[in-house]
Amino acid sequence: MRMSLLAPEFRVIRDEEKCIQCEVCVRQCAFEVHSYDLEEGKVASDDSRCVGCHRCATLCPTQALTIIRYPQEFRRNANWPEQVIKDIFKQSETGGVLLSGMGSDKDYPIYWDHLLLDASQVTNPSIDPLREPMELRTFLGRKPDRLKIETKKGKPRLKTEIAPQLKVEVPILFSAMSYGAISYNVSLALAQAARTMNTFCNTGEGGLHRDLYRFGGNTIVQVASGRFGVHPDYLNAAAAIEIKIGQGAKPGIGGHLPGEKVSQSISETRMIPEGTDALSPAPHHDIYSIEDLSQLIYALKEATCYKKPIMVKIAAVHNSSAIASGMVRAGADIIALDGFRGGTGAAPTRIRDNVGIPIELALAAVDSRLRAEGIRNQASIIAGGGIRNSSDVVKAIALGADAVYIGTAALIAVGCHMCQKCYTGKCNWGIATQDPYLVKRINPDIATERLVNLLRAWSLEIKEMLGGMGINAIESLRGNRLRLRGIDLTETELKLLEVKPAGESL
Amino acid sequence: MEFDCLGLNHRRINEKIRWAISKGKERIILTNVNGQRYIASGLKAEVRINIRGTPGNDLAAFMDGPVIEVEGNAQDAIGNTMNQGKVVVRGDAGDVLGYGMRGGRLYILGDVGYRVGIHMKAYKDLLPILIAGGAAKDYLGEYMAGGIIILLGLTTNRSIIGNYVGSGMHGGVIYIRGKVKKYQLGREVGIRKWTEIDDKILDKYLGEYCHDFNLNFKKIRKKKFTKLAPVSYRPYGKFYAY
Repeated sequence: MRMSLLAPEFRVIRDEEKCIQCEVCVRQCAFEVHSYDLEEGKVASDDSRCVGCHRCATLCPTQALTIIRYPQEFRRNANWPEQVIKDIFKQSETGGVLLSGMGSDKDYPIYWDHLLLDASQVTNPSIDPLREPMELRTFLGRKPDRLKIETKKGKPRLKTEIAPQLKVEVPILFSAMSYGAISYNVSLALAQAARTMNTFCNTGEGGLHRDLYRFGGNTIVQVASGRFGVHPDYLNAAAAIEIKIGQGAKPGIGGHLPGEKVSQSISETRMIPEGTDALSPAPHHDIYSIEDLSQLIYALKEATCYKKPIMVKIAAVHNSSAIASGMVRAGADIIALDGFRGGTGAAPTRIRDNVGIPIELALAAVDSRLRAEGIRNQASIIAGGGIRNSSDVVKAIALGADAVYIGTAALIAVGCHMCQKCYTGKCNWGIATQDPYLVKRINPDIATERLVNLLRAWSLEIKEMLGGMGINAIESLRGNRLRLRGIDLTETELKLLEVKPAGESL
Repeated sequence: MEFDCLGLNHRRINEKIRWAISKGKERIILTNVNGQRYIASGLKAEVRINIRGTPGNDLAAFMDGPVIEVEGNAQDAIGNTMNQGKVVVRGDAGDVLGYGMRGGRLYILGDVGYRVGIHMKAYKDLLPILIAGGAAKDYLGEYMAGGIIILLGLTTNRSIIGNYVGSGMHGGVIYIRGKVKKYQLGREVGIRKWTEIDDKILDKYLGEYCHDFNLNFKKIRKKKFTKLAPVSYRPYGKFYAY
């Protein structure tokens, strides 16, 4: 084998005194880090294969394993840091495009951490969510410009026809993760958790597995450029249809699911032959303008008899607000914005780390623009791509979102350790893999429980934060940027976010 | 059952079609169709629809089963993501026909526009067939992943295809009646040797096409066809650094 210049990323430290040679680590690691040496009569480890997912260390019955960053140091150089050198080594050895899994790990500013929430003191007292009702229920979809009410036999009746809505009891939806990128068991867990918590999961562009049609009422199905698994039953099974234009982790580019991952079951769900590449080209071939987008929106509305909201998802980019305005006018009932920290099963590293803008800025810009044009009521906004906890959710809603999408957080809840190797298909946690031996590692019911716990915990926290602000319905917070203050932000950033600096009163 | 579509928008037309189907009608005639889009979009039924006039874009999009005959020209994006069924157009048609079409037939008598048969697929017993009697513009069969495109060029003596035919193609097959110049092809597609299977395919589908349009099959079949197929079924297999 030709020598690689790449040093390992991690070092596996085995405490020989604690290790009982049980070989659990050998069996757990799909990257084949550990192996039993017959001659030596003990387990040995190959640092160069380790991805730092901690599966072995977590399952080691005697805690004999510790994984640390590989201590080898290059000469310090601010211009040529370690990762830059390693990337060049890798590309000169393979001649290929660098791939990464999950969202960007680069040190860009996280605006959530520069926004502070308000609380009530003395006047407009806070509300105790433990004693008083708090409403997180949210309706997602097109709202009428005005309501007409007529009186029939002395009773008032709503005359205005209300467009179809998605009703969520907690303003958090699971974002698009396709069967193919994630395993069947994780897809099932997301669907079960969505049903339990009265929210929605999203198929991504990989089709809807036959066995998951029963969760259609809690499922958003995607129509992307590859049109995988899209047919009338699929469209009609869903609660809403999302046209995927872009994704925060890889704005402007398509996706390739390599043939090796197109197993029999994936092939049936995507409706493509087994073992063939599933190519999702960058653009929809029939969408080159807002008018074209409108055509697909209405083709889908016609196909489903105007019974379901049609969503359009775009990556957060420089011109998001103008595009969003066009999307609403094109007929989108819900617009999903995906920030550049959003996750993915596989994205070219350079795209992931350099293209797009943070969700906070895009969300603020889109909400402001739609308000300024007087069309904010015509579509709901779902913000995603970097929502990490309940305070991010509250801040997103105050910035103008109706609800949020979580993907990475949901996967972490079921065991993801963020090793970023989803694209290898060897996920030791059984999440981003189709290998039956690995898939079994996720028990769908336990995973469901963990997801439900996460949403429950976050909704309790959201209620606490709302109560503290003296608000008893999440609706009253939506777009209420006066309840936010910016800290350590430039004037321009404050202006873009339309948020006052911390310390400034009303 | 016959509906006059003069002044009706697409929503009303589709409502009428669905209503007629719910009443057990198996034959529907739409008259005075004048550019209304999305006709029969997402329709899943055993029904024949006869369209008199010119239907608009996205005719038969997401359709699953019906047979549509258009007595006239048609516009863009016919059979978008169609699963099953048949659309016969007795005239010319526009761009992006059969985008992502997974099954069924799309038979056009005359010329077709740009990017026709783009990303057509095939799956198990679903095999989409797109046949056009005239010429096509650039990017015929772009990103094609499965299915069969047959182009006859009966309307012209000049080159019947544009450029970049089969760009990004990774499945399926294209038959062009007559010769093809290499510069007209995309990088991912090549001219392939003729086999018995190709004869069978042409006999079957072209035979059906000629029957539908009352054309002389023998005369059309006499001229040599060029067969185009992808160079690789994994065009981007070595694209990434693992």
